[in-house]
Amino acid sequence: MDEQHDSHGTSHPAETPAHEGTHVSGGGAEPGEHNLFTDLLHHTQDSRVLEYPGGHLELPYILIERDGVHCYRSAESLRSAGLYTTTGTGSALRTDTGAPPMLDMSVTKHVFFLWVAAALLCLCAVRAARRNARRMVPSGFGNLVETVVVFIRDEIAVPNMGQDGVRYLPYLLTTFFFILIMNLLGLIPYGSTSTGNVNVTAGLACIAFIMIQASAIRAHGVKQYFAHLTGGVHWALWPIMIPIEILGLFTKPFALCIRLFANMTGGHIVIVSLIGLIFIFRSYLIAIAPVGFVVAIMFLEIFVAFLQAYIFTMLTSLFMGLGMEPSHEERSPHPHVH
Amino acid sequence: MLEINPGLILWTIITFVIVVVILRGTAWKPLVKALNDREEKIRQSLELAERAHADAQRMLEENRVQLAAAGEQAARIIRDGRDMGERLKNEILEKAQASSRQTVEMAKAEINREKEAALTQLRGEVADLAIAAAGKILEANLDEPRQRKLVDSVIRELSGST
Repeated sequence: MDEQHDSHGTSHPAETPAHEGTHVSGGGAEPGEHNLFTDLLHHTQDSRVLEYPGGHLELPYILIERDGVHCYRSAESLRSAGLYTTTGTGSALRTDTGAPPMLDMSVTKHVFFLWVAAALLCLCAVRAARRNARRMVPSGFGNLVETVVVFIRDEIAVPNMGQDGVRYLPYLLTTFFFILIMNLLGLIPYGSTSTGNVNVTAGLACIAFIMIQASAIRAHGVKQYFAHLTGGVHWALWPIMIPIEILGLFTKPFALCIRLFANMTGGHIVIVSLIGLIFIFRSYLIAIAPVGFVVAIMFLEIFVAFLQAYIFTMLTSLFMGLGMEPSHEERSPHPHVH
Repeated sequence: MLEINPGLILWTIITFVIVVVILRGTAWKPLVKALNDREEKIRQSLELAERAHADAQRMLEENRVQLAAAGEQAARIIRDGRDMGERLKNEILEKAQASSRQTVEMAKAEINREKEAALTQLRGEVADLAIAAAGKILEANLDEPRQRKLVDSVIRELSGST
């Protein structure tokens, strides 16, 4: 990781030409400090350029408008086509109106790593399933995957949702492994944490939202589901209760979204800040301490990667379980029942 | 950092849904099925082992009972045999003693009879001898009938005293 961030300053002139000068030419600390950190933080964020050892690759633009889909291989070809210009961060803007495109489905760095995670997950999971199907006693990799499967089934799905929860196991397993792999991908050099992007976690939270509602409707039926939204209070209080309940439906996935995003970004910001100390003090001797700290934080990050994947899965299944509970009156997960 | 990018949200959802659809059939269900199968098999094996263990326990108990019975029977047979031998020995001994006693009795009786006969014969002979001797001694004085009368009375006295 430290290697990765160190190398960015020099291997990446095209993207941040303005900031390059400040820490290469070694200007005074006052004007450079802000730019240095925004520059380093930039690497935790999404990008239209994919870096690999010894170079970088511009990722394609896919812009969806009312009149169709526009695809461009790079920012260069986008500009030369004349329909769009690019802003400083690489986003496309229409030349005629100056407005952003209706829907920007470009393959960015985070989309790329989303796909890497998806491909890795498919490969590993299918491999593990094949291995385990072949032999009665699983070993090695299949055993590892199976341990997690057993854990998610027996410690997450069944305690929260009862035996009905086994039905949602494919969703929970995919969530756990997908988030875990995305989290871990940010810890390898040149990798990037897609879950450090609030849009990715928002997408995952949207799916969690749908699953929470779907499982509740499946368990109780549509009528009971809407009856639940009134909170079981006197009808005169409905104008207050229904908005609160509806808000409650959205706060849970919203919390999921922000928690995962903030945790994954937070770790990277700590690492980037520690690395930044080297550039501020401009001393090899000083570098020893931050690098030591970064190694320690990296271990913490590995732990957090697993922890956050677990928490997301755990809370999703908890929320699903709350909605699937037999009767609203018997237990009161919400304080307003009576 | 917090800018909303609907394209990325959509990509996430699309990717996730595709992954779920792919893995649902190819990975998760087989994994869970293999797991359930194994759990079932382990439970069956455990039950089987439990049953086999119970069977073995029962057979062991039966064997122990049979062994104890057999031991007892063997002891009884030995005891019976010994008793019988003892009884037989005594019987044979008794019989032998009885037979030897009888033989001795018979021998004694024979001896007595023989002795009686010998004595009788001896008395005859002695009488004859005595008569002959007395005749020779008293040849002139005594006639035959008076002599015999005298000798007979002597003999009667003799046999009566013995």
